[in-house]
Amino acid sequence: MKPRRSNLLGRFTKWVGALSLVLVTTLGGSTALAIAPNPTQDITSQYAIQGTIRQGAANPVEGAVINVVGEGFEGSATTNARGKWEINVPNKGSYTVTLDLATLPEGAKLKPGFENVRTVEIDKVNTVVAIFPLVEIDDPNVTPPPTTNVVLSRIFAGLNFGILLAMAAIGLSLIYGTTGLSNFAHGEMVTIGALTMFTFNRVMGLDIILSALLATAIVTAFGYTQDAVLWRPLRKKRIGITQMMIVSIGLSIVIRYFLQLVYGGDTKVLSQGTTWNIFGVLMPAINVICAGISIIALLGFAWFLTRTRIGKATRAVSDNAALAASTGIDVERIVRIVWVVAAALTGLSGVFIGLYFQAAWDTGFSILLLLFAAVTLGGLGTAFGAAVGALIVGMFVELSTLVIPPDLKFAGALIVLILVLLFRPQGVLGRKQRIG
Amino acid sequence: MANEIAKGKAEPGCAKVDPILVADNVLRQFGGLTAVDVKHVEIPRGQITALIGPNGAGKTTFFNLLTGFDKPNSGTWVFNGKQLAGVPSYKVARLGMVRTFQLTKALSLLTVMENMRLGSQNQKGENPLAAMFRSVWRKQEQLVTETANELLTRFKLDAKKDDFAASLSGGQRKLLEMARALMTKPTMIMLDEPMAGVNPALTQSLLDHIKDLKKEGMTVLFVEHDMHMVRHISDWVIVMAEGKIVAEGPPKEVMKNPAVIDAYLGAHHDSDLGAKKKAGK
Amino acid sequence: MEQILANALGELLTPMTAAYALAAIGLAMHFGFTGLLNFGQAAYMLVGAYAFAMSTLAGLGLVPAILISFAASIVLSFVLGIPTLRLRSDYLAIVTIAAAEILRFIVSTTGLNDVTGGPQGLSGFARDFYSINPFPAGEYGFWAWTMDEKGLWVRVVAWSLVIIAALFVSKMIRSPWGRVIKGIREDEDAVRSLGKNVYSYKMQSLIIGGMLGTLAGIVFVLPRAVQPGNFGTGLTFFIWTILLLGGAATVLGPIIGSMIFWVLLSLTDGLLSAGVDSGVITFITQNQIGGIRFMLVGIGLMLLVIFRPQGIFGNKKELYFNG
Repeated sequence: MKPRRSNLLGRFTKWVGALSLVLVTTLGGSTALAIAPNPTQDITSQYAIQGTIRQGAANPVEGAVINVVGEGFEGSATTNARGKWEINVPNKGSYTVTLDLATLPEGAKLKPGFENVRTVEIDKVNTVVAIFPLVEIDDPNVTPPPTTNVVLSRIFAGLNFGILLAMAAIGLSLIYGTTGLSNFAHGEMVTIGALTMFTFNRVMGLDIILSALLATAIVTAFGYTQDAVLWRPLRKKRIGITQMMIVSIGLSIVIRYFLQLVYGGDTKVLSQGTTWNIFGVLMPAINVICAGISIIALLGFAWFLTRTRIGKATRAVSDNAALAASTGIDVERIVRIVWVVAAALTGLSGVFIGLYFQAAWDTGFSILLLLFAAVTLGGLGTAFGAAVGALIVGMFVELSTLVIPPDLKFAGALIVLILVLLFRPQGVLGRKQRIG
Repeated sequence: MANEIAKGKAEPGCAKVDPILVADNVLRQFGGLTAVDVKHVEIPRGQITALIGPNGAGKTTFFNLLTGFDKPNSGTWVFNGKQLAGVPSYKVARLGMVRTFQLTKALSLLTVMENMRLGSQNQKGENPLAAMFRSVWRKQEQLVTETANELLTRFKLDAKKDDFAASLSGGQRKLLEMARALMTKPTMIMLDEPMAGVNPALTQSLLDHIKDLKKEGMTVLFVEHDMHMVRHISDWVIVMAEGKIVAEGPPKEVMKNPAVIDAYLGAHHDSDLGAKKKAGK
Repeated sequence: MEQILANALGELLTPMTAAYALAAIGLAMHFGFTGLLNFGQAAYMLVGAYAFAMSTLAGLGLVPAILISFAASIVLSFVLGIPTLRLRSDYLAIVTIAAAEILRFIVSTTGLNDVTGGPQGLSGFARDFYSINPFPAGEYGFWAWTMDEKGLWVRVVAWSLVIIAALFVSKMIRSPWGRVIKGIREDEDAVRSLGKNVYSYKMQSLIIGGMLGTLAGIVFVLPRAVQPGNFGTGLTFFIWTILLLGGAATVLGPIIGSMIFWVLLSLTDGLLSAGVDSGVITFITQNQIGGIRFMLVGIGLMLLVIFRPQGIFGNKKELYFNG
């Protein structure tokens, strides 16, 4: 079985010939913001086996498969973009962990003296780590990856990621602009898009385009329902925005763990095989297509917002809801439309992010802060600002890996957020009085 | 009267005999709109000055600028010999220029007494390191409470002193806000629409309170729509329209000024100028 | 069944319950009394845990280690507060949650293995603490509250700190300082117009509440290893739930909130687990119980905020949400 790799990071791992696996011993689980299949756990809760598979510090291996058998339990996990994997197991006891060597990149091999099968005991601690250390990248006998294309490939990856983030960020920004809600459950709409895509495309075997449409439709319906059942009544009840924000945190937790219950804690592989060579950079074809469709969707949205009556009304409500209402705009109707449009964009973004990163129950939550960063960078509540902010965040995340370790790339983007607030609190595109 | 307050003729931007506040070239723009564009204005010391003008004339924005709650695009102003441009609002208040707000800001979940105590300046117990040691601030707290009790009695709020401010009526909140501002012992007090939303029964006592402030030597500057109040208690009136000062003078003379009538009739039909000069439309 | 009950009631006194109570008292200072939306209390706990562990592992004594932790906590407050405390309150929420994640990424990066232990974290730093244990070896307590001398020592210290923190905060809140802080919660412009430096007071509140969070972080790791995974956003959300459960603008609320929270969580855990074992509950497996309890926390948080925002013990009059 050949590994399916969804992004450039994965591509480049082919050129290096080492793989290592880092063991983490934790008393409790770990919460990871990164695209990681490691569930947020509480220190008293579950048992898990986890690890990281890397070809040296800067080259995590994505798509490697690990199987666990023992105590009547069987399970498997795939490493994510950061090379991390985690499998929850039901009980304490002894487990056999196997690294599927066929899923490693070409040329990658275990360090001499290490086997790809290990036995681990879960006894005193809830989480144990299984190590599969591989020959590292800086070994002299391994050819380093050519650097000529690295910058270009990072730029492509950054643009790609930024465009995908932009749709979800615009959704977040629209909702914030019209209702004042900082929706912490927004990431879950991304997740639902990605996971329902998995259901339609991989479980039911539907056509990829049909699956994407169905998944987007489901998220759109969810957005509408969410507003109708929860947010509209809360607005009617005149609940403050701080309270609404905390409600959205609760909702986020509920949906996330519900999805974990339904889909399990592992990562679902969604990406497709073909790659295209663009200016000497190998890009998975599906990512290029997704980026193209996203651009069309973003342009369509821009047309909607600037040219249509409803779009203009939306901007008026964002600017000043009371004033808009006094000019005869039905604010509640606009908010309803905003939820539908925002959910549709976010759902589509989720489908594409699933194809780009694979899908897991916490995929959306792991990028939520990047979305907030994008919205804040662009100037809170301005839709176009959010799109620009998302591109900046996407580019920064990918380009920063040229100088900082990949496991810090999200941290870098968030630090930029803090710096921007320090020097330009209204955001890149925002007007000054917005910060009032 | 004009001669007592102004040097020479009463006209927009005229010099005063004894100004407490002098502002020059204060400009504030929102986007492309100019909200305030005041070339020169002087506020007379120890007098009650009214700032009037139609809605959107920039009165409250000018208030916000003078008290440091908003920042102008350009401009300078001097209060009591001190340059105030760029000085943060809390320092403006400490220098003795204290304001109230158009929408009252009673601190609802503090009691009336706590609201009052908060106004007092230089409290030792407001330092986080001293706060833990009651002995450091107990005595000062007693003095503050005495002052607060006196003011509450004067403003007829003493019966309410242990209630949450949230339970007060609109007029009582206005009174509380004014009393709280007095706790800071200001030299100049700026009232933003003190009569708005006040029940008519309370109006007279509010007017008397403002006159008392003058008797105590304070300078009063207030924004008001109610011309009755302007005519009865103000010594001097400044008229703003579209961000600029269009007229100044003693109340009776200002009301006859064609510029003032234009400003009101042009922008705000319904304003009662109090002198039978309502628009005939 | 008795075992389940005993496990649940045992949670009443665990150091973890105490640590969450301490962190929630700090958050009460931030949110309940000052109105600051701090969604990064986990960052303060992380700073406490790591600064303490790294200092003691470097050979420093307990007192210097605690002082260093506090110093690090104050630095964090400045880093968070300077860019955001002048801005609208939701900026603080976003920046604090982002900062908490940044710190967690940094301490868990493998590049810092030698300093922070990377993903493995740190252990063996509490030896000094247990070496001054005044209790002789043996078994203490009864029934649900049976513990060894180490357990007793850490509980005594943890709960003493909780009591001291509660007394400290209640004293501060009743002082003129507390009056300014509560005024800021109600309307910061009004307080500004009365000559108070609102920015400075917000910073003071951030620092004080943050130091309580830092202390909570130390207490939290005393009986266990420092693990970066424990300081995720989930930790912050648990603390918020505890705070809102007990009542945000109260001092006792966070303590009782923490106790109720952990007892309920342990109880549901035990009951679900027993239900699955005995075949009464068939729609989930043992493996999924952890997820169910998170869902319960989420639902609880939503219901609390919507229907009882003042908390179980809060006074309806002291409703603290504004805006």
